[in-house]
Amino acid sequence: MTAHFYGVELSSPLMLGTAQYPSPDILRDAVQAAQPGVVTVSLRRESAGERAGQAFWSLIRELGVPVLPNTAGCHTVKEAVTTAHMAREVFGTEWVKLEVIGELDTLQPDVFGLVEAARILSEDGFKVFPYTTEDLVVAERLLAAGCDVLMPWGAPIGSGKGLNNIFGLRALRAHFPDVPLVVDAGIGVPSHAAQALELGYDAVLINTAVAKAGDPAVMARAFRLAVEAGVLACVADPMEERDMAVPSTPVAGKAMLA
Amino acid sequence: MKIVVNDEVHEVSATTLAALIDELGYGGARIATAMNGSFVPVPLRDKTALNDGAQVEIVAPMQGG
Repeated sequence: MTAHFYGVELSSPLMLGTAQYPSPDILRDAVQAAQPGVVTVSLRRESAGERAGQAFWSLIRELGVPVLPNTAGCHTVKEAVTTAHMAREVFGTEWVKLEVIGELDTLQPDVFGLVEAARILSEDGFKVFPYTTEDLVVAERLLAAGCDVLMPWGAPIGSGKGLNNIFGLRALRAHFPDVPLVVDAGIGVPSHAAQALELGYDAVLINTAVAKAGDPAVMARAFRLAVEAGVLACVADPMEERDMAVPSTPVAGKAMLA
Repeated sequence: MKIVVNDEVHEVSATTLAALIDELGYGGARIATAMNGSFVPVPLRDKTALNDGAQVEIVAPMQGG
């Protein structure tokens, strides 16, 4: 059971990036083990001699998983919008994971450029998945710009630090109960992914945590199991935290031995 | 005519973007193009004239996160 993203129900709440794997074969094994709902892809300069992109595209088509193209590496609205147009033509989808990067050390989004690019693309028929922060006001602006999905970061891209601001992510979830929310970036281990889904997030997007694991295929399977656990836990309605201990074994009937 | 493709200078005889793609050996490839910073969709490639020094970008699917 996953949320609908622009009217499409994904087969899994796991979104998997395709970058940084040691080899195409290991990427294939990881995707098959993860069974993701989508894989993210990108565009880069193609050499007529090497045709590396053509081989990659064959592999992705063979895997048969829906693709979500990104605008990774774009720092301006113009770059991101042009890249999105190129991606729509090449990949044949209106879905785009919109990244407008604002700062190189943290790769955090330029949320002002993001909102502007999201508006331009939404008006042009794109289904925008904006890579954003957990800021509620920015989220409001993105929705007003035409986005029906939000993808707040957990932590900086590639950092593996998990959910840096649980309070903020929880507030975002509470504030937008009907908007599909995806934690994108910063997830390092399967427990982080489970935690996001336990909070009620609809999906997680993971790349480095799988690609840079010692055994990407095994880690991919671990993430698949973690998201399944997280979804079930959310559906099951977790208990409330308490500050003080409460005995789980009944006190009544305990033998008086003191 | 000198055309800059993906940051490399090429001396070409093509006069349209569509002809340039063929001349450079991209025929049949799944690619997208931009010229001087603007996206050029497939149907417009053969109507897009090249000027000396034009900056052309040719991109294709690649791994991404």
